Amino acid sequence: MAVAWKRKDLLDLESLSAEEIELILETTGSFKEISQRPIKKVPTLRGQTVVLFFFEPSTRTRTSFELAAKRMSADIVNIQTNASSLTKGETLKDTARNIEAMKVNIIIMRHSCSGAPHMLAGSVSPSIINAGDGSHEHPTQGLLDIFTIKEHKKKIEGLNVSIIGDIAHSRVARSNIWGLTKLGAKVTVCGPATLMPPEVEKLGVKVTYDIKEAIEGADVINMLRIQLERQGQNLFPSIRDYSMAFGLDAGKMKMAKKDVLIMHPGPVNRGVEITPEVADGPYSVILEQVTNGIAVRMAVLYLLSGVKERVE
Amino acid sequence: MKIKEKAKVLDAEQIDKSLVRIAHEILENNKDVEDLAIVGIRTRGAILAQRLAAKIGSIKGSLVPVGALDITLYRDDLTTVAEQPVVHKTEIDFDIHESVIVLVDDVLYTGRTIRCALDALIDFGRPKSIQLAVLVDRGHRELPIRADYAGKNIPTSQKETVQVKIKESDGVDEVVVAEKED
Repeated sequence: MAVAWKRKDLLDLESLSAEEIELILETTGSFKEISQRPIKKVPTLRGQTVVLFFFEPSTRTRTSFELAAKRMSADIVNIQTNASSLTKGETLKDTARNIEAMKVNIIIMRHSCSGAPHMLAGSVSPSIINAGDGSHEHPTQGLLDIFTIKEHKKKIEGLNVSIIGDIAHSRVARSNIWGLTKLGAKVTVCGPATLMPPEVEKLGVKVTYDIKEAIEGADVINMLRIQLERQGQNLFPSIRDYSMAFGLDAGKMKMAKKDVLIMHPGPVNRGVEITPEVADGPYSVILEQVTNGIAVRMAVLYLLSGVKERVE
Repeated sequence: MKIKEKAKVLDAEQIDKSLVRIAHEILENNKDVEDLAIVGIRTRGAILAQRLAAKIGSIKGSLVPVGALDITLYRDDLTTVAEQPVVHKTEIDFDIHESVIVLVDDVLYTGRTIRCALDALIDFGRPKSIQLAVLVDRGHRELPIRADYAGKNIPTSQKETVQVKIKESDGVDEVVVAEKED
């Protein structure tokens, strides 16, 4: 492989080159086998400490990162924000500096503010992995989606990928758009106008408000979770109305290509953005995404742990 | 740093003869073994393992399972190398429990690669025994490890390097001793 990994942190896919993304995907392929062994552990990160610093609820991503780190023999610390000194008024930076002073190697962080991991990355020496920041990016989710697509389609270049749902609030959408377009896929985003960020076409995607257009000809359909907590903001008339217009059901699947892949980053609202028969159907790779998530995160931990240049 | 080739120590025919001899020795030592399997260390050891398995298979008249092991994640120098080495796939599609494994590598030198490979292999189960076959043993061990089967013993100085070239990865079958020039 031509490119070597030089970055201390994984903050977003926007700043990565196509070669760096390919390197992570290649490395992921080698890590996948470890989770199928009877003894699911390699000694690579022995003696390294990984801190999981989650300021937002998460089951899937936190568990996935925790298993990834454990399968590489790292020691893990979980920091629960409701039980941490942040509730006593300590700033984020101070908390991070204190964690740094305990000589940890990698901080995996989820925060409701876009850019929070970027701010910390420049001021502390441990590697920072962004596990989702506000509505900005969720790089490992983007990578695991791209890895899953590549496993099935063998390539990314030239594929038609449609992302359907709440594009405006979705960090998953943004990481997918950056990663997929860098690798040469044609991305279409679809959703109600109220959930479409202004000027999204500047990211190099096609915009449509008609789900028919997003389904027809798509090689991959990535359904986003409709964030039910946003229902009160009058962004769509009702859940039922949203589901009729933008939910993926067996009827709408008739317009899809025969070999389409159906993806969803979870958690699924069954019957809202996707019906159970589609989510559990033959085209669905939703659970494969979860399996691949661990391998992607192991690959990222491996690459970051080798970087020698640190912030002073 | 330049590397100067000093001597060709094995050509394609000699490499092939060495593998044939090792194949016979393996069968001689494991007469009554039913669960014999060959595992090569990536990259060149894995290619040699394929060849060795084919030779053993044709002598025995039955297929011998063959796998490939990537030892990167088990290395003891990951904290000191400049950047992370590329991790390749480990492919062992058979159960190694209670089987006799012949581990194959191209060159045996310090023994550290073999130490990694033993750890990696044992994470897949508990083989009855593990034996070691190498194409070249060049000495200078740093760990208590030895080869059960060696194609050729080549005494070297630590300034020298032994380059095993294999058709599948390097376009030619040969082993040369070279010296580093500052």
